[in-house]
This record gives sequence, structure tokens and C-alpha cells, in this order.
Amino acid sequence: MATTSITIDETPRIRSFLALADDALILGHRTSEWTGHAPTLEEELALANIALDLIGQARALYQATGYAEDALAYLRDPPQFRNALIAELPNGDFAFTIARLFLVSAASDLFWRGAMGATDPDLAAIAAKAEKETAYHVRHAAEWLIRLGDGTDESHRRAQEALDTLWPYTGEITASVDREAWLAVVAPILARATLAQPAESWMQAGGREGRHTEYLGHLLAEMQILPRSYPGAAW
Amino acid sequence: MYSQALNTKDTAAADASPDADRFQARIDAEERIEPNDWMPEAYRRTLIRQISQHAHSEVVGMLPEGNWITRAPSLRRKAALLAKVQDEGGHGLYLYSAAETLGVSREELTDQLLSGRAKYSSIFNYPTLSWADIGTIGWLVDGAAIMNQIPLCRCSFGPYARAMIRVCREESFHQRQGYEIMLTLCRGTPEQKAMAQDALNRWWWPCLMMFGPPDTESAHSDTSMRWKIKRFTNDALRQKFVDATVPQGQFLGLTFPDPELRLDEASGHWQFGTIDWDEFRRVLAGNGPCNRDRLTARQKAHAEGAWVRDAALAHAAKQQRKAA
Ligand SMILES: [Fe+2]
Ligand SMILES: [Fe+2]
Repeated sequence: MATTSITIDETPRIRSFLALADDALILGHRTSEWTGHAPTLEEELALANIALDLIGQARALYQATGYAEDALAYLRDPPQFRNALIAELPNGDFAFTIARLFLVSAASDLFWRGAMGATDPDLAAIAAKAEKETAYHVRHAAEWLIRLGDGTDESHRRAQEALDTLWPYTGEITASVDREAWLAVVAPILARATLAQPAESWMQAGGREGRHTEYLGHLLAEMQILPRSYPGAAW
Repeated sequence: MYSQALNTKDTAAADASPDADRFQARIDAEERIEPNDWMPEAYRRTLIRQISQHAHSEVVGMLPEGNWITRAPSLRRKAALLAKVQDEGGHGLYLYSAAETLGVSREELTDQLLSGRAKYSSIFNYPTLSWADIGTIGWLVDGAAIMNQIPLCRCSFGPYARAMIRVCREESFHQRQGYEIMLTLCRGTPEQKAMAQDALNRWWWPCLMMFGPPDTESAHSDTSMRWKIKRFTNDALRQKFVDATVPQGQFLGLTFPDPELRLDEASGHWQFGTIDWDEFRRVLAGNGPCNRDRLTARQKAHAEGAWVRDAALAHAAKQQRKAA
């Protein structure tokens, strides 16, 4: 009997793995959308590389849940996804993409660094690899954010707008790390980029509980179309 | 992906200087020509044209396959496709660098592409309509690229030959990956098999056109052969491709869309029907299914990236002033 949905027994461990994996998959998906459309050929390759790292992290995490990775990615409905809202927001312009990558990667890197000493051997092993990758994502995004913030009036304006829009979505990604530690990574880069750090105020939330933005449904409709249209087929 | 033999005219002026004689003697002795060596202007022009067309093809070729990254049907396939498309971008980068050694800038070459003055392989002006197209492109388009490019690893111009060695290794990997997608589809459900057959039906003839016009019409093959830029004629490469590919298609259980395709026992070669050269010329002239889309997508990426590139330059200039 071909399956078109999956029921998951969400133990706390599985739930936390899904949150991490879904963050990586959804942000990887968004990043992969730049392929063929980036501002330079070099950046094209860098973004593809980052997307590949993220998709690789998602796969390792899904596999560690004991469920089939493709069932998790392709057969869950939006309310079953546990990613932070920030990951699913559309790419916007290059400033938005870079600012998001920076804010998210800075939090992920802190998380992975801590998780390298986790007692869960799967998590510790994934963290060891993911931390190296994520440290590079932070560097790459930070370098761009500085160029954009410090570059021209237009690039500064776009970078500041992106930052202001994204800030209320950062509460979810720092919930599993120390926000002060995260701010200590973020603030110096914003300063070098001559960007104003938005005020700490009300934060968007809901992704971890499956209450998403309007965007996730569209993203999944696209991503899942083949396995959903041909139930049971192997690819 | 790769360069196609395009039917552009290049009149190599019969150069009878001592330099030209020495140059030809080096070529005949299978020596590599390096960027700082003396070379006839026509040799330089031919190479710039061929290498840049090849680079443009790699970059434009990212679009049809990029079309399926967000819809790849498994995470393993998604990662493989993303990595493949990234490889193609990397090929574009090495090739632009190889062209730059001949004294042309990347900006100039990009400008030629975006203004529609430069050509790229017309295969990328066909649409990718189903997942099977991704398998077919790997199997056939990368397969045809390999046929064309293996001899280019011995091209007389050093930087191009060296770029091709690395590129060919990756293209063979793409080809095997594409074939494996086809194999999975052909052993899958009836719908998947039909998807594979439909893709072969659409891509087969355009792939045969990738080798360029028939030898009887190919204007500058002779000069390119004498300069050892090209080592086999278009028709010879096309035949090699057909001979290698038909058994692979038979193994998949697919039917080639050519009722005249048959094995000639005497020669051991597969004979095939007549290629629609009108279609080839039409697509090359800009009137294929996706010419406009492909060029518009590149133009749009370039235009929308302008403020980003400006910002990087402005920041670098500020840094330089600070350092001074
Ligand atoms: Fe390529
Ligand atoms: Fe390739």
C-alpha cells in the first residue's frame, strides 16, 4: 500500500532532531533557489555549497530519527514541520538572503559547538561536522553583510531593511542557545557593517509547534510534488 | 556542460611568416601553446570564441537543470543535482579563466553573452519538462559533451587542454549519475517509464545536433584541425556518440525516436535518420523554445546583481583608502 502521509511518534528527542533538520532543509531549499540567479558566478557556487551543506545536515539528522529521510521531507504536511519561521521566509533580495543566513548561522554555530559534547552520540557526531560547515556559513555571510552595509547607500539601505524585517524572527532561533552569546557574535559584525542593531522587542514564534507563515505551504507544495503525485514510486 | 561546434565563419588568413611556420611546426610536433607564446591572431580569435562559447554554455546550462533542484524527488537526488549544477558553474569559471589568458576580460565576455552576440550550446534552449529530463540531460547531454571534450584534453592550447581534463572527469560522473536516474525510472512504475521515454523522444535529436553541422557544411573545421584545436570532425564525433549510446538506451528498454536507426553489420556502426538541420539553424538563430527565457534569466540575474557588485567594489575601495 503506497503511503502518502507519515505518522510520527514525536518523542522529545525526535522533536528536537526534527526542529534542527527542518531548519536546515527549509533554509537549504531557500538557498538553493538562488542557483542560476546569483549576483556573480562565484557567489552562485558559494550559495550552492551552503545549500548542499544544509541539505546534508538535514539528511543526517532525519536519518538519526529512525524514520526514512524522504518520508520525513516529502510526506509531512506544513503543521508537522518544526522549522523556525525565519527559514521559510522567501529569499527577497540578496541583502535579505545574506542577513538571514548570517543571523541563522550565528545561532546554529553556537548550538553545534555546544552539541559537540552531547551525550547523544548521533547528535555529537552530526555536530562535529555541522559546526565546521556552519562556521564557514557565518564567515561567508558576515563578510557579505559588511560589504553590503558599508558599501553604497543603496546596499546599506537594503541591508538595514532586511535586518529590521528579520529581527522579530530571531527569537525562535536563539531559543536553544544563549541569546546574549548570540548577540555577542552578531553585534560586532553589525557594527563593522555600520548597520543599526534593531531593538529587542516582540518576537514572532510558532514554527516549532507547526504554526507557520503562509509561505511554507507553497514551498512544500513545490518540494513534495513528485513523491505526492506518484505515491510509492522510488526515484 | 559544453561547447558545441557552431557554424560561425572564421577565415584564417594564410599566414606565411617565419613565426607562423615555427608555430605550425610546434603544433605538428604536438607541443602545447601557452598564453605568452607567439600565436597567429586567427588562432587566438578562434580559441577565444570557442572557449567563451563553451563557458557560456556551462553557465546557461545551469538554468534548465536548476529548474528541478527545488522539485528533486528525494533528498539524495536533490543533493546530487545541486552538486552537478554547481560543477557546471565551476566549469564556467575555469573556462572564463582560460579565455582570459588570451587577453579578453570576463566582463567583455559576459557582455557578449548578455547582449546576445555570443552563442552558447543550443541544447539549453530546450525546456526541462519532467524529472526524467534531468536523467536524460546527464545521460545524453553530458554524454555528448564527453565525446566532444575528450579530444579537447589534447587541444594544442595548454590552458584549454588542462581545463578539459578536470572538466571531463566531472562530466563522466554526471553522465553516470544521469544514466542511473534513467535506470531507476525505467525499472520503476509504468508512469515513470513513460516519463523516461517521453524525455528521450524530446532530447534525442537535439543531442545529435550538439555536434554541429555536418562535415559537408562545416566551414572552419579544416583550420581547427590543422591547429589541433579540433581532432575529429563533427560527423565522426556524432557517430561515436550514437554508437556508444544506442546500446545504453536498449539496455534501458527505451525506443529511440528514429525509425531508420539500425546496426550496419558490415561497419559495426549504427546508422541513423536525417537530422532536421532547419530546426538546428532556427534554434541557433534565436528561435528555440527557451532562447528568450534563458537570455532573460541571465540578464535579470546580472541586472539585479548590479547593486551587489557595486557595493563590493565600494567597500573594497573604502578599505583600500583606510589601509593607505
Ligand atoms: Fe560542464
Ligand atoms: Fe556536466
